[in-house]
Amino acid sequence: MRNAFADEITALAKADERIVLLSGDIGNRLFDKFKEACPTRFYNCGVAEANMVGMAAGLAMCGLRPVCYTIAPFLTYRCMEQIRVDLCYHHVPVVLVGTGSGLAYASLGATHHSCEEVGMLRLLPGLNVMAPGDAWEVRGCLSAALADENPTYIRIGKKGEPLVHGSRPEIRLGQALQLSEGREVALLSSGAMLPEVVALGKLLESQGMRPAVYSLPTVKPLDTALLEKVFADFRVIATVEEHSVLGGLGGSIAEWKADRPKMPGRLLRFGTEDVFLHETCEQEEAREHFGLTSQKLAERIAAALR
Amino acid sequence: MSTLPSLAELQGISAELRGQVIKMSHQAGTPHLGSSLSCIDLLTAAYWTALRIDPEKPHDPNRDRFILSKGHAAPALYSVLAKRGFFSPDWLDTFATHGAELAEQPSPNCAPGVELATGSLGHGLPVALGLALAAKIQQRDYRVLVVLSDGECNEGSVWEAALLAPALKLNHLAIMVDFNKWQATGRSEEVTSLTPLRAKWEAFGWHAVEVDGHDLAALTEALREVPHPSGKPLAIIAHTIKGKGVSFMEDDNNWHYRIPKRDEVNKAFAELGLPAPQLAAAKSGSAS
Repeated sequence: MRNAFADEITALAKADERIVLLSGDIGNRLFDKFKEACPTRFYNCGVAEANMVGMAAGLAMCGLRPVCYTIAPFLTYRCMEQIRVDLCYHHVPVVLVGTGSGLAYASLGATHHSCEEVGMLRLLPGLNVMAPGDAWEVRGCLSAALADENPTYIRIGKKGEPLVHGSRPEIRLGQALQLSEGREVALLSSGAMLPEVVALGKLLESQGMRPAVYSLPTVKPLDTALLEKVFADFRVIATVEEHSVLGGLGGSIAEWKADRPKMPGRLLRFGTEDVFLHETCEQEEAREHFGLTSQKLAERIAAALR
Repeated sequence: MSTLPSLAELQGISAELRGQVIKMSHQAGTPHLGSSLSCIDLLTAAYWTALRIDPEKPHDPNRDRFILSKGHAAPALYSVLAKRGFFSPDWLDTFATHGAELAEQPSPNCAPGVELATGSLGHGLPVALGLALAAKIQQRDYRVLVVLSDGECNEGSVWEAALLAPALKLNHLAIMVDFNKWQATGRSEEVTSLTPLRAKWEAFGWHAVEVDGHDLAALTEALREVPHPSGKPLAIIAHTIKGKGVSFMEDDNNWHYRIPKRDEVNKAFAELGLPAPQLAAAKSGSAS
């Protein structure tokens, strides 16, 4: 995903001279092409994320379109007040791109995990929160964010995630993408879980079910038209994300659903638990730990349908 | 301004502004009076001798930018902007009342001339770096000036910005530290090891000077050096006195929170050489 981000931001910046890329001392060689194409619009702000976000606000106040890029937890947890005051309160169109989000950097320990930041950020007034499902969605999310007047946070993975889409989908803020039609079970995927959710869909099919699969590149604003439909038409609606079950996509939908007690569908939230992960492990093992594999998710869904 | 005001005129402006913030504190029942009084001369020097601004064009992309990063001294900024003609002085009379344009600390775009909503410390300088960097990217020649408090220099974000600004060669950026030696609950040199403050800014790569923050001629002179010929951003360490201008408020940190009563306002105006003010009924809580 990060290579797609670097490629896409370079293409966008060539066409729009308002775009300025700020990096928190990360992405060694990743932005060589950007720097070559737009030498006065790339700045390494050092390991000083709070200042970087404040600077981005200042740039945006002058009509520029800054994009801040660094590792997700440092860009979000550390800069919460700068995001709230400098970006949201002043309502400036800054795009924050957090790389290695969720459990992508599982092996680096919990300092590098970000399984709570969506919950934290979506509380901020006026902030869009996006979680693309593959490299194609990264490109679409970036374009959508840069075309919007609100500030946006985009959480992306690292590199080498499998592609789900065959070509670039049209991504609009607050609109889900439907990957397959179905009945009984609707799978709502957020972020880098998408390939696993597609695999889950196939596994459920092999067990005789026909799940509908959706990718939700936007957590905020929620695609409420989709929610109205799936909670009316499906027995079980399952959210899957590399994020705590508190506050993320599942948490958002739980709040939405609480205001609609007559909607018949049942919500199942799959994500990480309300704990720090202390186990030494890679991303796949971390997902296994939290039951975020197609095999385990299929069992949990089957149990709910019984 | 084609010709700069004389020193006597600048001193007259400062005295009038001091009277204004004392009146606002009394009428609205708002604190932080000592902090407003300590920075008045910094703002007078900036707004009447240095900044290239036009009250008729508050959004001119080429205007100099001024940020009062110590947002709790907002009455000082509001009084300055009203006197410079950015908005009606009537707005000062409704300061901090329900529905007024001017809140106790500035909200975004609350009034022409207010560049940033401040109040949480440590935000002004990072944003100023962005404004200054934008000038370079967009090839504009405006300057950016930020007033920080000494207590604000406790914030880590100030020093993150301090490290980066010289690396970006932002010599059209300048700060003035309102070094009044107090923060909310103690001596600023005791709460953290703030001194030597000038040496700190120098060590971070800035051109730093120390001035008497109530010497309007010295402040004017210091501000003339923006953009600084050294190629470095400029840090003006302005030694000030909290509560400056009123004998019974000077260097008394109780006036961080205390609100002047009617007789204290009258006494202060007399000391400042101002005619006795017309005072509206004070808000309950600021008993007169």
